This record gives sequence, structure tokens and C-alpha cells, in this order.
Amino acid sequence: MKLGFIVNPIAGMGGKVGLKGTDGTEILQRARELGAEPEAPKKAIKALEILTPLRDKLRIITCPGDMGENEAVAAGFVPTVIGDRKDDTGPEDTEQAARYMLNLGVDLLLFAGGDGTARNIYNAIGAKMPALGIPAGVKIHSAVYANHPRSAGEVALKYLQGELETLREAEVMDIDEEAFRQGQVTAELYGYLQVPYERQLVQSLKAGRTEGEEAALDAVADRIIDEMELDVLYIIGPGTSTRPIMDKLDLPNTLLGVDLIKNRRLVASDVSEQEILRHLDGQQTKIIVTVIGGQGYIFGRGNQQLSAKVIQKVGKKNIRIIATKNKIVSLRGQPLLVDTGDDEVNAEFNDYMRVVTSYNEEMMYKVQGL
Amino acid sequence: MAQVKIRENYHQARWDEPIIYELSTPGERGVLVPLPEQEVKDKAGDVLGKLPENMRRREAPPLPEVSQKHVLAHYLHLSQETLGANLNNDISQGTCTMKYNPRINEALAALIHHIHPSQAEDTMQGLLQIYYEFERFLKEISGMDRFTLQPGGGSHAVYTAASIIRAYHESRGELEQRNEVITTIFSHPCDAATPATAGFKIITLYPNEETGVPDLEALQEAVSERTAAIFITNPEDTGIYNRQIDKFVKTVHDAGGLCFYDQANANGMLGIARAREAGFDMCHFNVHKTFSTPHGCSGPGTGALGVRDHLAQFLPVPTVELADGKYYLDYDRPDTIGKVRGFFGVAPVIVKAYSWIMMLGADGLKEVAEISVLNNNYFQKKVEEIPGVTTWYAKGRRRLEQVRYSWEKLEEETGVGTVDVMCRIGDYGIQHYWTSHHPWVVPEPFTLEPCETFSKADLETYAAVLAKIAEEARQDPELVKTAPHKCASRRRARPEELDDPEKWALTWRAYKRKYKK
Repeated sequence: MKLGFIVNPIAGMGGKVGLKGTDGTEILQRARELGAEPEAPKKAIKALEILTPLRDKLRIITCPGDMGENEAVAAGFVPTVIGDRKDDTGPEDTEQAARYMLNLGVDLLLFAGGDGTARNIYNAIGAKMPALGIPAGVKIHSAVYANHPRSAGEVALKYLQGELETLREAEVMDIDEEAFRQGQVTAELYGYLQVPYERQLVQSLKAGRTEGEEAALDAVADRIIDEMELDVLYIIGPGTSTRPIMDKLDLPNTLLGVDLIKNRRLVASDVSEQEILRHLDGQQTKIIVTVIGGQGYIFGRGNQQLSAKVIQKVGKKNIRIIATKNKIVSLRGQPLLVDTGDDEVNAEFNDYMRVVTSYNEEMMYKVQGL
Repeated sequence: MAQVKIRENYHQARWDEPIIYELSTPGERGVLVPLPEQEVKDKAGDVLGKLPENMRRREAPPLPEVSQKHVLAHYLHLSQETLGANLNNDISQGTCTMKYNPRINEALAALIHHIHPSQAEDTMQGLLQIYYEFERFLKEISGMDRFTLQPGGGSHAVYTAASIIRAYHESRGELEQRNEVITTIFSHPCDAATPATAGFKIITLYPNEETGVPDLEALQEAVSERTAAIFITNPEDTGIYNRQIDKFVKTVHDAGGLCFYDQANANGMLGIARAREAGFDMCHFNVHKTFSTPHGCSGPGTGALGVRDHLAQFLPVPTVELADGKYYLDYDRPDTIGKVRGFFGVAPVIVKAYSWIMMLGADGLKEVAEISVLNNNYFQKKVEEIPGVTTWYAKGRRRLEQVRYSWEKLEEETGVGTVDVMCRIGDYGIQHYWTSHHPWVVPEPFTLEPCETFSKADLETYAAVLAKIAEEARQDPELVKTAPHKCASRRRARPEELDDPEKWALTWRAYKRKYKK
């Protein structure tokens, strides 16, 4: 078995010294001056140590130096190193290495970093092979990361041993760090990686069965479609949770964008805010939106086309949130978040809203405007 | 004086026991059934002639052909490979209320073995009296006006409640409008599944991160003219009592909905709080848990469902009534939802539970509740001292009869999670513990319920075993992760296959078809 292993050695350096992220060499230099130490290597080693039982049969393919080689050696492995050693590495090195591993056909790509790293990995491999993130960034929006380094190692171990076979599509998101540093947050949804997924399985008879993720999304789509009303415009937000709706209607889907439907037919694809607003004049409308990323946002991250103006015009009572029960539980009690950039609109979202979780099920969950 | 005793030398028998069909030898007999005498044949006439052709068996049933000695050995072997009830410490089974099953109850239940439910009512007045009086006990305990004892288990009773709610709203012409049932995520899954099966849409309330129970505001947001009912367990499976339960009930009533109280977790409240005073329209008891009758492998059980007067017309028939000094079965209930189980329920369970309540009396029941809560809180202190254990929600607040703990910290530190500990505990002769319903809201959960049966030494022993395993996890995590080592069963190699119907073989025929080609 072959494991691809990539470490973004500078991920997470900004956090402990008060900076927000590490994009840009100037910021990186400043972080170093302030005494920041690389976080990613330590966390990567912690994850990799979990794979020790596979030492004799696992071939680790990694990058030179701090991009993986040093960490693999520190964890007790003798890795296969690809590419040339260099002093300062950047995003293009991550992408090049990931592309190379894709060609080599590794069984799983394990990478340590933040949202930027996930984006680089996605750019290189898309959904062509399984990948899993070891969290090392300051504030991670992408849902491709395990909860903590140890659990990344555990999931990787089970996947490589064949104990775990289920993959799910998890969001890759990234923010503009310069804007973030100046107090503005705009996070975009870039795509999806195939991530090993460990479901909790049936423990005893009375537990019943947990609905699989795909089956749950299927059921949600059935519910939304069955509820669709004549002559109402439906704004379908981005995401893998909303995609089954389009699939079941046999309509082309814009995975990362917003589509418009009316009378179960496509009105417009991949629309901008302006295009949405044009369609809203004199038109009864509903928004179908899902939770984007690992932070629990329903507006303001990855679906900025659904702006404050759009939300105001459609009306809060016409918003339908969809997500699986497992997704809601993974938020661990944290409310669903709304950050439209408009304080007045955000303030409307400080109560409980229904989330459709299956055909016949909804969850009452807290929503909070920022 | 009982001592804290960790059974380090425990080792379970491992017989590698075949399935009984694999012990079959053609022609071998365990029993030779005597043929009926000619006089009986003449009297009975052509018995099979009354059976329609399509309902007759074409071939003899393919039963295993095994001698008596080998049948007995087979089941003795299986029993030695089981950590069953009354064998050791059953604190593990949170939400199940595993308690001692008094032997005298078994003896009394044997007295009704020769009664057939179709025989004349005159000939079974004693049993009907037990049914009648047992219902009066439950009415006193809960404050409900009528009960049905017919459902065969807890979920069955909850489904009966859903059916009655449907009938109630239908009778008022509101069923089409009132199609939503509200529940909470820490209520029992059947509180969502049975209304869904009865045709309702389910709305689940999520707990407040601090209190561990849903906010009243969440419920207020959820209720509307579409609300048919709330189905709620209190205390929930976390052991946390919802102090605003009467406000929850009022909120749903004000919206025109009914309120069903899932009292599977009733053990900590007997004689202390009643469903009636909280305003509920209905409640149920797991007779086979709270009232001490044996509970294992899903039966036999009884879910007793109680209702207030305005819902009594919908109860299943028959009910047991008393008139002119005689007990009888009453089928005269025009609006009934019908029968939900054959005859009038699982009689042996009712007899055992009746006996248990008669032994304890009202004071004894209250003491059961008090001791179970005391046991649980003492035990919680012990468990929380174990490094790696946390308790989510409601910091500093007492629980009732059980607690949902978490091994999240241990898992982060060592990689050993709740399933690993659950398997390892069997190596100390303790039945594996209950984790949680899915999905796991509390990460790495385990749910323990030390009811009134258990002694102080039992509590301390159980906590000591958990502490020992946590220490093992730090010193040799692989030992725990590959457990059990001293039990008949082994760790499943591919647990995901449990979720794959293609791999299942629920009958011998299916097993042969899939695995014996």
C-alpha cells in the first residue's frame, strides 16, 4: 500500500502570534520575527505515528525536507522522496507533488495544512483519489480535515487497512487572507475532495440503523422536490447536499454556483447576485441552502451570490435549510452561522430555524448572525 | 463485607460452538411424539381438511435432527459464552434499567402456564384480576386514567400512542392539517420512528449546549397549527431532567397538540413525579425494565400505554373490566384503533411485574427511585475521577438515574475510544456497556445506569474496572484496541459489513445460500 504525504511547513504559523494566516512572504517573514514556530510539522508527525503498525508494508511517498520527509523520518518511517530539496517552498510545490502522487497512484493522500493547502491539493487532484487533511491551520473552513491530528491518523490507518471503505465529498474552501487581515471575510467554495468517512456503525439491536449519508441526501432531495410549488422560483445554493435535487429533476447542476428553477425546469445556471436580483422582481421565491464547510455557515461562505439584498428580497421565512443529521451533529452544538456583511440582515438570524434532514424529518437548530 | 473486586482472572468459555443445524444427523431423533389414540382421532375428525390447500405445508419442516443430549450440550455451551442478565454487574446497560429479576416472580408466572387466552373468562378470573389491579397500579404511578397492557414492548407502546394520536386528530377532522410531531434528539429513536411510521413528519429539537435540554424557545418556534403532538423522554438519555417540562407541555397544548411522555427512563421518578401533574395526555412504561421482569434480546416485554380520559375511546381492545364482582374482557369500544397484539398482551410479564410491585408497595417504589438516583450520583463522582472521562452538558447539575459520559479525551490522548473500552470490559467479566443512539451527539459516548439493585461495592468495582482500562489505554493501547482477549467473541474485522444487507444471513437457509456454496 502507498501513502502520499505532504506537509505545508508554514501552515498555522500566524495563529500564535496574532496574525491571521500565512499567505504572502511578507506576512510569513513577520510571523517568523514574532517568534512563530511551524505547527504543521509537529501535527503531521503526531498523525503519522498512528500508522506505525503498518511500517513494514506501507510505502510513504513524500516531499523533501520539511514538506514531509523530515516528518516521516521523525515518525519512524523510511520514506520515498520525490522532487528536489529547496529552501523555500510554496503552493506550487504542493500542487506539483500532489499531481505526481496522483500519477503514481497512491492509495491515500494525507496532507497537513490549512484551507490554502486543501485548495492546492484540490487544484492538483480534484476528486480523482482519496485525500485526508491533518488540521494545522489557524482557522479552517474546509471540511476535508479531521477533527485533530490523531483522528486523521486513525482514519488513515483504518482506510489503508481496508477496515473503512466509505468516501464522502467534503468541501474545500479558502479565504482571501489580505482582506481577512483587514477585518473582512470572504470565503469561497472551490470544490470537493474525496475523504474517507468513518461512520459509527450499529452497536446493538435497539440502536436501529443510521441512515447513510447518500441515502439521507437522497431523501432530503425527494422532500424538497415534493414540496415544490407551481410558479415559485427556487434558488438552489451550491453544494453536494443540493446537487441531488438537480439530479433528480434531471437538470444540469452547477456544483459550486447558484442555479434557478421554476416549475421544475431550469431558468438559469451559475447566476451572479445581479442576475438573481433581476429574476426576483414580482416573483415569489424560495431559497434552498445547505451548510457549507466545517464551520457551519449557511450564508456568507461559499455562496456569496446569496447576498444580503437577495435574502431581504426573498424573505427569511422563504429560506429552506437542508443538511444531514450527521452534518448537524458534527457542528457539536455550535449554531449555524450567517455573515452577509449586512448587520441588519444578520440580526434577523438569531433564533431557531428548521433544517430538513430527511424525507420526513426536520431538526430545530439554532442560527446566529455575526 | 462485599469487596471491590476486579476479576483479572476471568476467562470465558470458548466452545467454537456450531450452529445447531450443523449438528444435524439425518434420522437422529430427540423426541418421539406419541401418536394420538384412535378415540381422539375419531373425535377430532379430519383436522387438516379445514385448512386451505395453499396454507398447508408441502414438506415436513427441515428441523435439525439432534439427540437430546446434544441439544442440551449445545445450549449449555452457548450460555457459557454469554455475559447475560443476573450473571454479574449490569450497570453497563444505560437506558435499559437492568435490575435483579426476583426468582419468586418466575415461580408465580409459572402458575399461569396452563391458561389459554381463548378459554372462558369464568375460568381465568385470577389472571384477569391481576391485569385489572396492575392497571390500577400504573394509574396511581402515572396519574393516567386508563391503560392498555397489550403492546409487546416499549417501541410498540410508543407506536400505539402514535396511532391513537392519529385517530384523535382524525376524529376532529384535523389530521390532514396536523401532520407534525416534535421530539428531541436525546429522546428515544422510537419517539421519532413510530410517529413517522404512523404518517407524521418529525421535527427534532437540539439541546442547548449548556443545559443539555432543548430551549423552550426552540419548541415555541417549532409549534404551529400543524403540530399533532410532542413525543418526549424525560429525563432524557443524558440523565438530565428537563425542569421546564410542564411549560413544554403547555406550549404544545396551546397549539392544539397532544403530549406523549416516553417513560422508558421512569426508574428515577417512581412515587416522586407523575405524568399527570406535568400535564401529559399519555405516557408509557417499559414494564420489562422498570418493573423488574427479565429483559433480554428484545423480549418478552410489555409496553404499557396510559392515556387521559379524552383518549380512552381509542384504546386497543379488549380491556379488562370489573362488574358485579366478575372480571371480563370488554370489546365494546367503537372508536378503538383495534388490536395491536394478539389476545390481551404478554401475560407472564404482567404477572411478574404485579408480583414485584406487590412486594414493594408504594413506599418501596419510592425507595427504588431514591436509591437509583443516589446510586447514580455516587457512581458519577467515581467515574468522573477517571482521567479521560468527561460529562457533557449541565456542569455541576445532578443527573437522575443514568449519565451519558464521554471518552473523547482518552481517545484524543491514546487513540483508544469508547468501542475499544466497551470490548475490553468483557475481559473483566462485565457485559459491554451501552454507548448511544446514532448519530453520536456526545462523542465517544458511554451510558451507564446503576439502578437500585447494585451495591456500593458493585459501583466501586465497575468504576475501578473502567479506571484500570483507561490506564491500560495509556500504557498499552494496542491491548485495549484488540480486545476482547478472554471472551468467546472476537473483534469484528470488517465492521462496515454489519451495514451491508448483502452480507446478512438471518436464517439458516440464507446462510447456506450465501456462504455454503
